Amino acid sequence: MAYSEKVVDHYQNPRNVGSFGASSDVKTRTDIGVGIVGAPECGDVMQLQLKVTAEGVIEDAKFKCFGCGSAIASSSLATEWVKGRTVDEALQIKNTQIVEELALPPVKIHCSVLAEDSIRAAIEDWKKKNGIAVAEEAHAH
Amino acid sequence: MAVKTPIYLDNAATTRCDPRVVEAMLPYFSEKFGNSGSRNHRFGWDAEDGIETAREQAARLIGADAKEVIFTSGATEGNNLAVKGAAEIYAKAPAGQQGRGHIITCTIEHKAVLDPCKRLQREGFDVTFLDPPADGVITAEMVRAAMRPDTILVSIMWANNEIGTINEVPEIGRLCHEKGVIFHTDGTQWVGKMPTDVERDCIDLLSWSGHKMYGPKGVGALYVRRRKPRVRLEAMIDGGGQERGMRSGTQNVTGIVGFGKACELCQAEMEHDRERLLKLRRRLEDGLSGRMEVVQVNGHRDRRLPHIANISFGFVEGESLMMGIKDIACSSGSACTSASLEPSYVLKGLGVGDELAHSSLRLSFGRWTTEEEVDYAIESISKAVEHLRKLSPLYDLYKEGVDLSTIEWQHH
Repeated sequence: MAYSEKVVDHYQNPRNVGSFGASSDVKTRTDIGVGIVGAPECGDVMQLQLKVTAEGVIEDAKFKCFGCGSAIASSSLATEWVKGRTVDEALQIKNTQIVEELALPPVKIHCSVLAEDSIRAAIEDWKKKNGIAVAEEAHAH
Repeated sequence: MAVKTPIYLDNAATTRCDPRVVEAMLPYFSEKFGNSGSRNHRFGWDAEDGIETAREQAARLIGADAKEVIFTSGATEGNNLAVKGAAEIYAKAPAGQQGRGHIITCTIEHKAVLDPCKRLQREGFDVTFLDPPADGVITAEMVRAAMRPDTILVSIMWANNEIGTINEVPEIGRLCHEKGVIFHTDGTQWVGKMPTDVERDCIDLLSWSGHKMYGPKGVGALYVRRRKPRVRLEAMIDGGGQERGMRSGTQNVTGIVGFGKACELCQAEMEHDRERLLKLRRRLEDGLSGRMEVVQVNGHRDRRLPHIANISFGFVEGESLMMGIKDIACSSGSACTSASLEPSYVLKGLGVGDELAHSSLRLSFGRWTTEEEVDYAIESISKAVEHLRKLSPLYDLYKEGVDLSTIEWQHH
C-alpha cells in the first residue's frame, strides 16, 4: 500500500512520543488524563496522555501507539492538534479531519476513529479525576 | 560490500526464473511453436518432444514414472484436481446424497486445499480439519486418530508455506496405504528443495508448482500414482483429452519446457542449495534473536524447511514493521491473504498470541540470496523494531512487568 507523504513523515518522525511517568503514577495524577483505546488482538492500541491546567487548557500531550503506520500517524497528529486547545475545543476534533489531513484510504479510517476516541477517553479520564460531569455524547460509530 | 536494494526475501511467494530455464524455453516461443496435439508434422513433434522431456525431468525429481506426471497450470489447479477429482471417484454415495465419505485435512493447509475441502463438505462429504499443535507439525498419530471406516482421502501438505514446518509425510503416507486410503500432499514448498521419492514416501497424489522452484509461473504438475494403487481422478476440465484425459486443453509448451528444466536444475543442485539456504536461515534467526528480546521463531525448532523463516517481534505491529523495512521485500503473514487485516490464520492456528501473530514476518531465501543481504536485513529489521518499540505502549507495559493478558482492553 502506498502511504501519503504525511503518514510517512509522522511514522519516521513521530511528534510527542512518550508518557508523563510510570502508568501507576499517572493514574493518580489529577492534572493528567489518560486514554487507552484498542486491543492488541485487533492490531491497534493507542495511548494518549494529556496534561491539562486547572482552567481546562491542554498544555502538553504525549502518545504511544502499537499499530500500523496510519495509526501511528493519526495519534501523532492528534497530539499536535490538541496542544494549546481547551478540552472542549479538543472534543470538537473529528476523525474525518484526520482522514483528510493524512489522506487515509477507506481501509484505514478506523485508525482515525481510534485517534478521536483516544482524545475523548483521555478528556473523560481527566474530567472524572477532577469531579467534572462527563457529557453523554453519541459516538460516531 | 554494499548490497543492491530492494532485497528480495520473499522466495516462498515466488522465485526468480533461473536464466538457464528462460534459455531452454525460448525456442518454444519461436521456431518450435507447434501444438503437441498436431501428430502429422514436424512442428507438433518438436512440441511433443519438449513436453515429454519435461515429463521425464519432473518424474525424475520425485522418483516417479513419466506416465504418472500430469501438467497443470500450477499447484492451485493440482490441489483442486487431486482433492475434488479423487473425492468424486471414491465417493461412497452419489451426488445429492449425504454420507459420501470422510476426508481428513488440516486447518493450516493453503486455501487451495482448504476451499476445495469446504466445497466438498457442502456437497455431502464429511471433512475433519485437524488443528496443529503449537510446533505446527501434523503427525501420523493425529491422522490415525481421525481415521474412520469411511475415510476415502487424506490431504496433508508436505511443508507449510508460512512457517516452513515439515509434516510427518512418509509416516502419514504409510498409514494411508495400510488403511487403503488415498493420500494427497501439497508439495509446493517442498519439491525441488528437499529429496522426494513418491515410492519411499508412500504418496498417491503430489502437486507442485514451477514458480516456487526457479521455473516460470502458470505451470505445475500433479503426480498421479499408476500402480499399487492405480489412482483415478474425475477431470475438472473436459475437452481434447490431453494429459491422460485428466486435464484437457492445449498444453502450455513453453511453460512445461521451463518447468522441466527447473526440475532438472533443482535435482542437480539440491544438496548444495539446501545447505546454503539452511546457513542463511540460521544466520538470520540467530542474528535477530541475538540482537533483541522477545523475538520468537515460529514453528518446530528443527522440522522446518531450510528456506523459510517466520519470526514474531513482540509489541510491534507487522504492517508498521514492513513500513520500516521498505527496501526488504518480504511478507507479513501469507501474501495470498495480506489484503485482509486479519492476523495470519496459520499463526493463530498454532496458538501464537494475537499480539505476536500481528507482528510476524516471513522471510524466505532463494538461489541468489547472499549473506550480505541477510546481514543487511538483520540490521534493518532490528532498527525498525527498536524504533517501533519506543512508540509501543505494549512494550512499556512489558517493561513495567505487566502481563498483557490480564488487561481488559477496549475492543473496538
